[in-house]
Amino acid sequence: MVQLTLPKNSRIRTGKTWPKPEGATNVRKFVIYRWSPDDGENPRVDTYFVDMDKCGPMVLDALIKIKNEIDPTLTFRRSCREGICGSCAMNIDGGNHLACIYGLDEIQGEVKIYPLPHMPVVKDLIPDLTHFYAQHASIMPWLETKTNEPQKEWRQSIEDRKKLDGLYECVMCASCSTACPSYWWNSDRYLGPAALLHAYRWIVDSRDEATGERLDDLEDPFKLYRCHTIMNCTKTCPKGLNPAKSIAEIKRMMVERVV
Amino acid sequence: MADPKPIERPISPFMLGQYYRFQMTSVSSILTRITGNALIGSFILGVWWLLAAAVGPDYFAVANWWLTSWLGDLIFTLSLLGIWYHYLAGLRHLYYDAGHGLDIETAEKLGWVIIIGSVVLTVLTLIIIQF
Repeated sequence: MVQLTLPKNSRIRTGKTWPKPEGATNVRKFVIYRWSPDDGENPRVDTYFVDMDKCGPMVLDALIKIKNEIDPTLTFRRSCREGICGSCAMNIDGGNHLACIYGLDEIQGEVKIYPLPHMPVVKDLIPDLTHFYAQHASIMPWLETKTNEPQKEWRQSIEDRKKLDGLYECVMCASCSTACPSYWWNSDRYLGPAALLHAYRWIVDSRDEATGERLDDLEDPFKLYRCHTIMNCTKTCPKGLNPAKSIAEIKRMMVERVV
Repeated sequence: MADPKPIERPISPFMLGQYYRFQMTSVSSILTRITGNALIGSFILGVWWLLAAAVGPDYFAVANWWLTSWLGDLIFTLSLLGIWYHYLAGLRHLYYDAGHGLDIETAEKLGWVIIIGSVVLTVLTLIIIQF
């Protein structure tokens, strides 16, 4: 259902303003979402000031600096710091990005950081992705075959392999799905751009032999057709992929198999 | 291990504009929805006009007075803009569904085409109606 406001327990209050670093001349303001399950309070936004002369260029550099030097309780996911693990996806400056590869110079003025939109919050900048992962599992993200296994590997022509480019690179960071208004309002039944991009990745794989079953499973008013081509997904994808295009291709295949 | 007491987790903020930036593709999409719903209201007014004409001259005079007043003119002019917008957005949807124009650059250009196009077509329609 369309939802335009936050429920009572999710409304955001103004939190603490942390002291500015002493003696710094090049200071930048960071406004960061905080929530802890331990104190029973509503979420708040804390304000931090970071000395940019002693900080790396990326948003993640600033977050790590805040955690190390100002407030060790600030909680966020991060791992590879080079855009391949997908852990540090968050809502930065009104769009979803990987903090590790999003440059502070791409943001004007103060830096506003929130968790990925419309998700249950585990703590601070960490969303609960359990449902998101379950949806990915539901599209059978593996090779389904019926013929006898070949002696060596399942072979594929160079042309057929090329069809997987722009699909296999997805790191499951959830930026696209949580950027989608349709997913905000229907994620209980709509699979969302990430899961559908993965569904298409297996549908177009020349080695997969369950294309019909995969399409049958998606033939549903909600699972696939809640996509209204809003294209927030493609706009936000940190890997430059195009989930909107994948979804459109699935819709086309749905039509093609009946006409 | 189950939690002893389930935690009531907040929903992270999402609202368009305030927490998630508007962008051409999302704005042009939501305007399609808004114009579509608003036009239901316009059509009901149009049906009321016809019904009034069927009921009789006295009642038609009442409806006609309302619908040709400045308020009626304003509502129907905006409805005209809504119809053109919705029509062009519908054409874009057909183009999308055929698998075209789904890169951000083209989609944003098409968004501007719809918005500017609907204004131009509305002005042209008004000029044709007036003369």
